[in-house]
Amino acid sequence: MARMWAIIERELRRFRRSPTLIIVSLVFPIVQLVVLGYAFGGNVKNLKVGVVDQDHGLPAVRIRELAGAVAANARTFQTVPYADPGTALTDLRDGRINGVLTIPPDYSRRVLAGDDPRVALIEDNTDNFVTATLAAAMGDMVGALAQPVATTERVSTEPTLDVVEVYPYVPYIQYLLPGSVVMSIFMMVMIGGGIIFIDDKARGLHEGYLVTPISKFELIAGFNLSGTIKAVMAGIVLMTIGSLIAGIPDPFAPLRLFRLLVVIVVTAMALISMMFLIMVRVSDPLVPRAIFGVLNTLLYFPSGAVYPQQGFPQWMRAIAVVDPFTYAVHAFKCLLLKNTGFGAIGFDLLYLSVFSVIAMSLATRLFRRTL
Amino acid sequence: MHAIEVRNLVKRFGEFTAVKGVTFDVDEGEVFGLLGPNGAGKSTLIRMLTTLMAPTSGTATVNGFDIARQADSVRRSIGVIPQAMTSDTELSVRENLLIYAKLYGVPRERRNRLIPELIEAVELTQWADQQVMKLSGGMRRRVEIARGLVHEPRLFFLDEPTTGLDPVSRVAVWEMLRRIKKERSLTILITTHYMDEADRLCDHIAIVDHGELKALDSPIRLKASIPGKNVLEVSFVSAPADWQARLEALPHVEGVTERDSVFRIATDNGPVTTQALLEAASGAGVTVRSLSVQSTTLDDVFVHYTGRALRDALQEAPTHDFSFITRR
Repeated sequence: MARMWAIIERELRRFRRSPTLIIVSLVFPIVQLVVLGYAFGGNVKNLKVGVVDQDHGLPAVRIRELAGAVAANARTFQTVPYADPGTALTDLRDGRINGVLTIPPDYSRRVLAGDDPRVALIEDNTDNFVTATLAAAMGDMVGALAQPVATTERVSTEPTLDVVEVYPYVPYIQYLLPGSVVMSIFMMVMIGGGIIFIDDKARGLHEGYLVTPISKFELIAGFNLSGTIKAVMAGIVLMTIGSLIAGIPDPFAPLRLFRLLVVIVVTAMALISMMFLIMVRVSDPLVPRAIFGVLNTLLYFPSGAVYPQQGFPQWMRAIAVVDPFTYAVHAFKCLLLKNTGFGAIGFDLLYLSVFSVIAMSLATRLFRRTL
Repeated sequence: MHAIEVRNLVKRFGEFTAVKGVTFDVDEGEVFGLLGPNGAGKSTLIRMLTTLMAPTSGTATVNGFDIARQADSVRRSIGVIPQAMTSDTELSVRENLLIYAKLYGVPRERRNRLIPELIEAVELTQWADQQVMKLSGGMRRRVEIARGLVHEPRLFFLDEPTTGLDPVSRVAVWEMLRRIKKERSLTILITTHYMDEADRLCDHIAIVDHGELKALDSPIRLKASIPGKNVLEVSFVSAPADWQARLEALPHVEGVTERDSVFRIATDNGPVTTQALLEAASGAGVTVRSLSVQSTTLDDVFVHYTGRALRDALQEAPTHDFSFITRR
């Protein structure tokens, strides 16, 4: 085992002298957390909606007033009055406005006659987020129009739904944080582990070790543990900085910190073992660089780090089932967003631990003691 | 007892045979040189002997241990400086030695004594705490030499230790190796394609070409084994067609070869043959363009045993590049 510690000591001494490596491994997940968190986390506002009133009756005026109220308060959209639908549609196609609300000529008559009155929303549906926001805002507005002005009933006869939220409101940046912590661990595993391992191999550095009496297991365990230590450091730094940026409530509660540390260690071991299994027979320095992006996409996005897995197609769910990111992200979500105990993350820890043992055993088996 | 015993060692890479049934012994305490061009099979041979590569067939023992069955014992008993620079450039000289001492399981007290001693032996005391990346090529080689000795091996393998170094650094490395060998009673196996290196350092030289052992003896005996004590290199303005035959008839001449209009005349009496040559040229009206008289060198030995000059062989690209195989 002394030889394994020599490998760890060597790796950590080198790591200490590579500040660039540390910075590069941390900058990407932090930038991603901040940019994605704020880009996707906010509500869509200030969309432009053209209003074409072909009716001019009192009910039509009421719609225009309601639209004006939305523009003044929620600011989801601003209204732009148009005299004719042709000009409005041309502006919609040219991207000057995001939608056209058309009040047809017989709208007031139909409202008064109770004859299925309708208004039309014509949308630029090339942007799903804008379309959904606009449709939702207009739907609410028209729904409000349909409500009676006053009710005489003291007790409602219609069933209503009261929504109770278990946890405080979770902004999107907080939702993203668990994935970013896992990403920082992965970055360190790839850059500080995989890329350096293959570069050293290509430079012939491994020849130096292979002529010593070190065993296969000591060599792989040494690389694995040193990689784990580096990845744990990256995970802790990202978790601390990320918690402060995202505004996680009471982020430094000792018990929670301890649980988070356990998850970081187990995640780092799983990812470094996976990386060694992938790289154990690789000798071309281009390979880890080439698969870096693919692996990142393949592991990060199906994990549920940025979007719920329930929305994935079947094949992507299959990836998510074996993806170690899935279990790490779930565990971090439980701890960071819900502050749960080990009971909620027991299966995650078990999966990641078993994954590590299998990957490391296979990597040791595949590792060649000779050139 | 022999430090190394090699018997019919063969290494094949697919269809290509890099080492073709090589047999030789290395005595304890000697410097043994494997001399040959790139791609001759020297590094493959050294990699098999240092357990980095398994032989296809044949046997070898190193310090009495079988390279196939007792690989770990072989590794414990040898020091190896591979062809590539394998020191960690981010670490200091002292740290490199420390890590390798730990990898070899050298106890703390012994390494505390050995590391400063070795750093001093390779004259790097002043740079002991300097990162290796800040040292020159020659100094880095000296770090590697110290590192290879950190567990006090009896046998030291050096794969082209001076390749890429300037002439001054090369001479410094040779002197250091000679001194360390004497102080530590080492047996050294060295591969090189430098004739002067092999000539000055080695007690025995094995000439390797195309994976075969072409000759093996001490440098003096190797030089004595080929015809002629001197070699005349001479070129003429316009030599007649039968000129080579006439040169062979000169006194004391033992052989004549011609390449690119330069005649190499092997003779056991340089001055007499030179005199006769000049008289013959004058009598035949042939103008001498250039003439030099040399003692027999290892290059002549190499030409004699392989049919080509080592400097020409070095310029030839190896037919098979195994770097991509050996690194897998």
